[in-house]
Amino acid sequence: MTALLVDTSKTAAVGAPPTRRRGGGVVRAALRSRKAMVGLVLFAIFSVMAIAPELFTSVRQPNRLAFDPSLHPSGDHWLGTTSLGQDIWAQLVYGTRESLVIALVAGFFATVLSVLVGVSAAYLGGIADEFLSLVTNVFLVLPTFPLIIVLATYAGKGTLTVVLIVLVVTGWSYGANQMRAQTLSLRNRDFLESARVRGERKLYIIVVEILPTMTSLIVANFLGAALYSVLTAAGLQFLGLGDPNSISWGTMLYWSQNQQALQTGMPLWSIAPGLCVALLGVSFALMNYAFDEISNPALRPVKKVRSRGRSA
Amino acid sequence: MGAVLEVEGLTVEYATDSGPVRAVDDVSLSVDAGEFLGVVGESGCGKSTMLFAIAKLLSPPAAITAGAVRFGGTDLVPMSDKQLASLRWTRMSVVMQSAMNALNPVASIGGQFRDTMVAHGVKNRDEVHDRSVEMMRLVGIDPIHLKSFPHQLSGGMRQRAMIAMALLFTPELVIMDEPTSALDVVAQRSLMVQIKQLQERLGFAVVFVTHDMSLVSHFSDRLAVMYAGQVVETGPTRPVFDQPAHPYTRGLLDAFPSITGPRVPLLGIPGRPPELRDPPPGCRFAPRCPLVLPQCSDAPPPFFEAGPAQARCLLLAPKATPHE
Amino acid sequence: MRFVVRRLGFFVLTLWAALTLNFFIPRFMPGSPLDALRARTHNRLSPDALNQMLTSFGFKPHENWFAQYLHYLGNMVTGQWGVSIGATLGTPVRTLIGQALPWTLGLVGIATVLAFLIGSLIGVIAGWRRGGKLDSILPPVFVVTSALPYFWVGLMLILVFSVWTNGWLPSDFNYDSDLLPEWSGPFAANVIKHGILPAATIILTSVGGWVLTMRNNMITTLAEDYVRMGRAKGLPNRRIMLDYAARNAMLPNLSGFAMSLGFVISGAILVEYVFNYPGLGYLLYNAVQNTDYPLMQALFMLFTVAVLLALLVCDFVIAWLDPRSRAKG
Repeated sequence: MTALLVDTSKTAAVGAPPTRRRGGGVVRAALRSRKAMVGLVLFAIFSVMAIAPELFTSVRQPNRLAFDPSLHPSGDHWLGTTSLGQDIWAQLVYGTRESLVIALVAGFFATVLSVLVGVSAAYLGGIADEFLSLVTNVFLVLPTFPLIIVLATYAGKGTLTVVLIVLVVTGWSYGANQMRAQTLSLRNRDFLESARVRGERKLYIIVVEILPTMTSLIVANFLGAALYSVLTAAGLQFLGLGDPNSISWGTMLYWSQNQQALQTGMPLWSIAPGLCVALLGVSFALMNYAFDEISNPALRPVKKVRSRGRSA
Repeated sequence: MGAVLEVEGLTVEYATDSGPVRAVDDVSLSVDAGEFLGVVGESGCGKSTMLFAIAKLLSPPAAITAGAVRFGGTDLVPMSDKQLASLRWTRMSVVMQSAMNALNPVASIGGQFRDTMVAHGVKNRDEVHDRSVEMMRLVGIDPIHLKSFPHQLSGGMRQRAMIAMALLFTPELVIMDEPTSALDVVAQRSLMVQIKQLQERLGFAVVFVTHDMSLVSHFSDRLAVMYAGQVVETGPTRPVFDQPAHPYTRGLLDAFPSITGPRVPLLGIPGRPPELRDPPPGCRFAPRCPLVLPQCSDAPPPFFEAGPAQARCLLLAPKATPHE
Repeated sequence: MRFVVRRLGFFVLTLWAALTLNFFIPRFMPGSPLDALRARTHNRLSPDALNQMLTSFGFKPHENWFAQYLHYLGNMVTGQWGVSIGATLGTPVRTLIGQALPWTLGLVGIATVLAFLIGSLIGVIAGWRRGGKLDSILPPVFVVTSALPYFWVGLMLILVFSVWTNGWLPSDFNYDSDLLPEWSGPFAANVIKHGILPAATIILTSVGGWVLTMRNNMITTLAEDYVRMGRAKGLPNRRIMLDYAARNAMLPNLSGFAMSLGFVISGAILVEYVFNYPGLGYLLYNAVQNTDYPLMQALFMLFTVAVLLALLVCDFVIAWLDPRSRAKG
């Protein structure tokens, strides 16, 4: 009966029908969030290091045993040298590339897989949904690290490709469940109904109508998958299941452990690469957290109005 | 019969990124003991915010920034939660719009009855049980459902269970936020009848917020009409309903065709309610008002008498002195 | 009832999938177990003995693969896990696992549950006191700690508390090597001393995740009408926070806990490796280094079973806490 009176004063509510966000709004919010800024800056630094390592060190072949072993930090070698005679800082700088590549590539493919499986499962419904959900849950529950270890062993000492494949295969399932849950909640919204009535094909609806409203979830997913990949890859390499001749932070950790760096008074060899893994992971985690706040206004820091304590 | 509730100049603001927004602006009303006051307005007019402000249930970013809420003579605004605890539910209780959302999904109905009784000092298990059973019977629900969980009851039953819970201590005032909106038409009417009967039997006052003017006017003693955060008309039900003084009230009523009367074309009110971030300088309804005068946009009109009712409209002004 | 059947069904199905994966992986990979075995035993065993050993963990080259598969499944499920072909050549796998299991359960199990409980509690309080000082400092801190690699935190703890303090807290093994295990106070104290750093590693890195998810859940729950209703009823704050808010916010957290167990296990493996703690993770690492296939297969199955069991337990706990899920089945 009140439909004749036009109601337009909607307060921005969580759970309101999703509106197409203009890119500007998200970017503005990101710039205002300290957490996002810290994360972005860290990521930017690492990116530059990965793209142009020559800018940061004069050493060109970090794995070559070119220097005196076990030197302490000095003007020539900012972080000292390994017990095998390599410049630690140089290894660190060049190692950035592999870690970043792993994070971005594995993260990207894992996210793609999550979106494909999750959204399809929710949208297709019925038996397809049951089957896809089952597959997702099985992969989710399989203890991935042991699986990775087993896979890596059987495949011989892991090359980068093997590590990437393994990471994607084990990392997609978490996101798939989230995608499915979100798509399910969107499935019956009016804007989708109108697309159906217009006669749009299923694929069109999925790609053009559903996906854009889930961008924040997809980005969050990507960041989470990147974080997972960085940590897991480092763990694998640390255990010696990566390529021991590669230039990466994980391999540095493997060798430093192998050579008892902590016990022989050269802790920097262990501390530095681990710290870098941690920092890269932290940058993804911070960006992810900031993104959570941006996309869910309920989580933002709360403003308070000074209320009247006394009446007139 | 003294006033059970006196609201004076109540103002509620929300803190937003672009500055505070006034959801409730200088609202005053009063409710006598045993009286049924209907508060009517469209979505977004601030009526629910006002209701929660009265019950001191607002949370950040909303807060009361001015005014007084006198309940039985005491101003509630400066009181803290701790100070309010003793009068909460025992003297003033709340019924919310959707019982599915207002009842704790993981606790049984009986459990939710019990926790408030225990909180107010009724520790004896038999006493708790007897009172719960009594209230359930009062609203017509089989007491066996005290063991049930909210999702196991039908919509109408849930709503009645909420009302039973609200009456546990036979409070002086029950404020209700659109309790019938989530129900179908038949259930709506039967719930209203039940509320009225309980009111007559137990003598509590009711503040009933709704967008459905015609439904509430069958049961209310007085009406208050809200628009854009302000009360625009208030008075005994019959005069307000039969001869609305304010153009907005008239527009509301004209929008509902009468089943028994002659067929008339459906009228709406063109335009939309103002942005509360930046309300119009004068009368807030002026931009949409079919009877607008030039001076309406100059300053917010005060209340003027219109028989037994009052309304904020300059059309009622010149000769008589303003009511406030 | 339907609920129970569904859950058990999933359990069996996933276990089957894991076992099948485990069976097929080595068969698709380059190299053969026969070669590996031969290398391991330094060509000292006769071909017959080698063959016997192979059959004991499922490789029957003269049978078709389907029969092998069935035998394998049967053996795995009934605990016939063969003998180790690693450094502990000849020791039954069951013995090795039996020795390592209690240590992992103790260390990793207790530390993980502690981290979950502590994290959830902190999350509940942080979410409740929204906008307070606690709430503005804690979340960023925990975001950082949850992104730290397990093994690195372990190494740092060793550095600070063991190397720099000249061995104040031990960094290796589960008890001093000159002690004999026994049920006594001093021995127990020694075990605990050895467990402090590894447990601290697990707790420090995993607590952050729980705090954050619980806090976010609390914030969402606190906006619900029934919480407001609790306030309206004049209930004491603690009651509202626990019975109304936390009990509802906890539910998605519990399922999250179950889902993350896989990650917990990977962390446990790394921690055991760093601290040379002789649990199942350490065993797996050694098995990998020595290409000890029977041990690896059994361990993999065990890890899967552990995760599935925990999932099952979580599901039943959720059903107990949330009456709505009992209805859904």
